[in-house]
Amino acid sequence: MSNAAAQLQPNEGEWQDIEPLLSVRDINKFYAPGKGCGNINFDLYPGEVLGIVGESGSGKSTLLSCLSARLTPDSGQVIYNSEQFGAMDLYACEESQRRVLMRSEWGIVHQHARDGLRMNVSAGANIGERLMAVGERHYGEIREKAAEWLQAVEIDTGRIDDRPSQFSGGMQQRLQIARNLVTHPNLIFMDEPTGGLDVSVQAKLLDLLRNLVSRLGLSVIIVTHDLAVARLLAHRLMVMRRGEVVETGLTDQVLDDPQHPYTQLLVSSILQN
Amino acid sequence: MNAATATGYNFAYLDEQSKRMIRRAILKGVAIPGYQVPFGGREMPLPHGWGTGGMQVTASVIGEADRLKVIDQGADDTTNAVSIRRFFASTAGVETTEQTADATLIQTRHRIPERALQENQILIYQVPIPEPLRFIEPRESETRKMHALSEYGAMQVKLYEDVARFGHIATSYDYPVMVNGRYMMDPSPIPKFDNPKMDMMPALQLFGAGFEKRIYAVPPYTKVESLDFDDYPFEVQSWEENCSICGSNHSFLDEVIIDDAGSKMFVCSDTDYCRERVAQQENPA
Repeated sequence: MSNAAAQLQPNEGEWQDIEPLLSVRDINKFYAPGKGCGNINFDLYPGEVLGIVGESGSGKSTLLSCLSARLTPDSGQVIYNSEQFGAMDLYACEESQRRVLMRSEWGIVHQHARDGLRMNVSAGANIGERLMAVGERHYGEIREKAAEWLQAVEIDTGRIDDRPSQFSGGMQQRLQIARNLVTHPNLIFMDEPTGGLDVSVQAKLLDLLRNLVSRLGLSVIIVTHDLAVARLLAHRLMVMRRGEVVETGLTDQVLDDPQHPYTQLLVSSILQN
Repeated sequence: MNAATATGYNFAYLDEQSKRMIRRAILKGVAIPGYQVPFGGREMPLPHGWGTGGMQVTASVIGEADRLKVIDQGADDTTNAVSIRRFFASTAGVETTEQTADATLIQTRHRIPERALQENQILIYQVPIPEPLRFIEPRESETRKMHALSEYGAMQVKLYEDVARFGHIATSYDYPVMVNGRYMMDPSPIPKFDNPKMDMMPALQLFGAGFEKRIYAVPPYTKVESLDFDDYPFEVQSWEENCSICGSNHSFLDEVIIDDAGSKMFVCSDTDYCRERVAQQENPA
């Protein structure tokens, strides 16, 4: 190895100093044999975007629910390194702590915006709710922040008092993202954020997501069956099949040089034009 | 007991076992101010929504020596108030009164009397919907968790919507309060004008919801705060007019339409308070 190349190697000591944000150890959750996910192990580092891809029924969403403290796994540990509580085992800690995480350090973007929004209150109140949940009690400031975030997700601030039911699907999805990001979370869980949107709206949403993720230095775990979405957003990929991880690696590596037969099949099934 | 007391009924209609069960719920409610205690609601001889919750509480705490007053929207002479008062006069044979100062038990729908209540009095509210968070969260399992963990940020969303739509907090009755700095409570549909009276009140306040089978309580001298925003503080209603009967400029006024041309007058909603003021003006002691 030449001297120049040696200098490019990261200093090993420094590298090991960074603590993973989320450590997953031997997670198992099966509804029936072969239905669910099992034997999952990985670390997620701060600022990293991890994509979980696989076909329908491969256990992606089950895994995401287990990771985001919404579904208790049969066995295994999820250790989250919290700003407020320090390293905590999600399923051994108090439920109150998990709920605090969900409204402060975490964001959850659902596939259907209706699941993640309050449809009967205005867009401004939807964004402001998390602020009020963490103790903000000044109306003027809440409204100002709501307007800022509407702008950040490219929704006209004149729509601040409209209800989400009056928004298009793409706008609802963007509103959901704004609602999650307003408290500056560290970790975002996304389940098929572009599902059910047409191609041009998808492209716009992806562009917005990519910008926000890099600007805010967010860590993201994104579940998708769309490899194009994964390629655009994810740094690292996990390919799942029948509840197990069959291949992991850097996104480009996995997609350009798939090793596992199933990944090869998945990559080759993308329509080429 | 007087001659008009109905025979064939237990004292105050409810059987003793039911009363004991309700008293236990009341004691628990008093021990945990603002906490909604579930209880086995009994059938009462009038429809749900007409004050069955308040009546069950009254039946459980009333004794032979009590003097009962019943008001509906502040008035002693409306159907609901008259029938409930008669009900207890005949099933318990207790004395009834229309004077706030004389009553030991006051069952109320939608008002707190204007005259300050004393330590020897109990105020019993009829409650239609005991859960203040129901507007924002339809699941009972979730609202219980929110109470348990004091997660009350979502309630602020309701106030936010008010300010966004009307420019001020437009909720004017059923205005949510924090009791003793811990539990969020629905004060029943009293006007927010009455909210400050609940704070540090010397009388015991009991709340009964018959339909939803919940009892809750505010013990005497307990802190009760109304929710608000830092930049939109809690305010009570005020009127430019005075009461046309007694001239009061500080009580809660009802607007009454008096002819087909739309003429109107404002009168005290608390009929006993108004009557007392008129009597005082005629015979200054």
